[in-house]
Amino acid sequence: MQTSRAPGAAFIFKKALISALVALVLFSLMIGVRTEAGSDGQLTYWTRFGDLAAMVGTVFGGSIVVELLRQWWGPVETVRVIPASVQSTLSFAGRMVAPVLLIFTFLVPVLFYNERYILDLAILVLTYVMLGWGLNVVVGLAGLLDLGYVAFYAVGAYSYALLATNFGLSFWVCLPLAGILAAFWGVLLGFPVLRLRGDYLAIVTLAFGEIIRLVIINWQDLTGGPNGVTGIPRPTMFGIPLTNDDNGLAALLGIEYSPTHRIVFLFYLILALALLTNWVTIRLRRLPIGRAWEALREDEVACRALGINTTTTKLTAFATGAMFGGFAGAFFATRQGFISPESFTFHESALVLAIVVLGGMGSQLGVALAALAMIGGFELFRGLDQYRMLVFGMAMVLLMIWRPRGLIGHRAPTVFLKHNQAISSDLVKEGHG
Amino acid sequence: MDYFAQQLINGLVLGSIYGLIAIGYTMVYGIVGMINFAHGDIFMIGGFIALITFLILVSFGLTAIPLILLIVLLVSMAITALYGWTVERIAYRPLRHSFRLAPMLSAIGMSFVLTNYSQVAQGARVKPVPPIITGGYTLHEGAEGFVVQLSNIQIIVVITTIVLLALFTWLVSRTRLGRDMRACEQDQTMAALLGVDVDRTISMTFVIGAALAAVAGMMYLLYYGLVDFFMGFVAGIKAFTAAVLGGIGSLPGAMLGGLLIGLIETLWSAYFSVEYKDVAAFSILIVVLVFLPTGLLGRPEVEKV
Repeated sequence: MQTSRAPGAAFIFKKALISALVALVLFSLMIGVRTEAGSDGQLTYWTRFGDLAAMVGTVFGGSIVVELLRQWWGPVETVRVIPASVQSTLSFAGRMVAPVLLIFTFLVPVLFYNERYILDLAILVLTYVMLGWGLNVVVGLAGLLDLGYVAFYAVGAYSYALLATNFGLSFWVCLPLAGILAAFWGVLLGFPVLRLRGDYLAIVTLAFGEIIRLVIINWQDLTGGPNGVTGIPRPTMFGIPLTNDDNGLAALLGIEYSPTHRIVFLFYLILALALLTNWVTIRLRRLPIGRAWEALREDEVACRALGINTTTTKLTAFATGAMFGGFAGAFFATRQGFISPESFTFHESALVLAIVVLGGMGSQLGVALAALAMIGGFELFRGLDQYRMLVFGMAMVLLMIWRPRGLIGHRAPTVFLKHNQAISSDLVKEGHG
Repeated sequence: MDYFAQQLINGLVLGSIYGLIAIGYTMVYGIVGMINFAHGDIFMIGGFIALITFLILVSFGLTAIPLILLIVLLVSMAITALYGWTVERIAYRPLRHSFRLAPMLSAIGMSFVLTNYSQVAQGARVKPVPPIITGGYTLHEGAEGFVVQLSNIQIIVVITTIVLLALFTWLVSRTRLGRDMRACEQDQTMAALLGVDVDRTISMTFVIGAALAAVAGMMYLLYYGLVDFFMGFVAGIKAFTAAVLGGIGSLPGAMLGGLLIGLIETLWSAYFSVEYKDVAAFSILIVVLVFLPTGLLGRPEVEKV
């Protein structure tokens, strides 16, 4: 531990002054001057020196605060001595988080039956949990960095929307079809990227996602272009519609109709889909194919030397991840009743990837918690729509600096000798492709 | 034939702009080994700063076009370079020794920050600029009345690109900084042991890349007469495609790739469909990576175990 002299006030002041100067130059034109196209197409501008001064002042003050915090907390050794009894209690609590969270999730519609907003939010969070678990197969297990995951989500959503509106197929027929189609696209994307690694893989998947989105926008005859697809049928409970008429579920059960029934049904539907994703992932990890994914993530060359067929390994990872994305997409289409290309932008892919990485890739619980934190946090800023993405971007940068390995830095191993021990995520190399 | 010649000229001009952005990608990738996702947004910021500087200069009654151009060029290069420096300091330096996904995600985060910062600061609407440089030359008058034209602004874009490329090649091959950059590209630890200030070199790489992107932003503003907060994303992917096509890490490759992407995009729009021009550019990226993973002028990467 270094105990060199703590820099004095003069040092902090100088540092803050430099930060403020940098900020002054950075913001001088972008904040200090505002441009706008006038009614005649001529550009006008006006100055906002007050805002500029406020920004520079904030940077000055902020950098003093940051520097002080760094000095007070930085040198303190972070290894805390925790008594063994407390530690065992903590680890017991840690193991209890998942079951408690699951039970709570099951009870959400009961507890918040009258609060439509919370139910809608819970459905949204679960959709992202499912997407995160699906992408986790590709990124967390197989180590293939996929920046175009939203493409499969889009394929699933459009498959269901088009099949249902054009051919009148029901949700339960379309759901597997959407999954299969998305998996097919996953394999199709898998072929060109088989030979690529790391960042190249990321950029190709990003390009692929954009291609799908652009085709959806421009193929107006099929997809309706920017207008999207409207009138997507609502799901039925195995053929029984959740509507307020004589054939509806409410009439059959003899209870009073309420629109909340459908919301609750959707909630349990996405919960079931998410749990299916989780269960399949956990099962697959114990099978040879899951082991092959993890081996591929750790070292592709060694993997090949061991005789593992990397082609099928990568393709199955892409296909499995894509299939869950497709399921989620079909669910999204039926929940919204309307889809348009706007829902499938790169920003969506980045959000899901951020959830997976923040969760500590490979940790199923971590992904669920990260989805809750991210989507919940996003909701908090709903009033400040303009600043939402700004804050999201900043949070992404800061979280990466603070915890590059994610919120939950360990996970359960697939195989273990005698007793189960958590693996620190520092020991695994996700995202190498 | 005349139509083709005209499209060739347009494509080369667009390609020069892509090439200037691509150099920034190639340099950062060569040295830090990572895609700088925020680079496209740096280009967009450069365009905005050029626009604002133009407005201020014109409103102060400056009319001598060469002087305006020079001042705008210097101001936007300087401020945008500082943006590049700041981005490196905030989002990349703390993560330099982290695992690979971390800097990539923080770069994506930074890209969101820059995009939305411009939207909040300057509004979401497209900012049109009246043409500042007009006039040009007629190269050829066709039989059906179709004329092949080379406008002054096209000449300026191409000449600026050539000058900057020459300057930059000199910088990398002949100066101390260039030598340090090449040393860091080979082996950062070894370079540090031999007395190269790695931190400073990486900072300078971002600064130079951002300055070149600023020039590209200014040229884009002059050529297309508009900027908006979202233009960095697509331009960024295309410039990255150009860098990959030319062979990432190779400077002449980035320029060549930029020209090719510009040509392909323009010719595709001219002969097929404008709507699918981005699809064509992205498909080329995929095809190139499948058949030429190291690009046209790239060196094959040796796989070590």
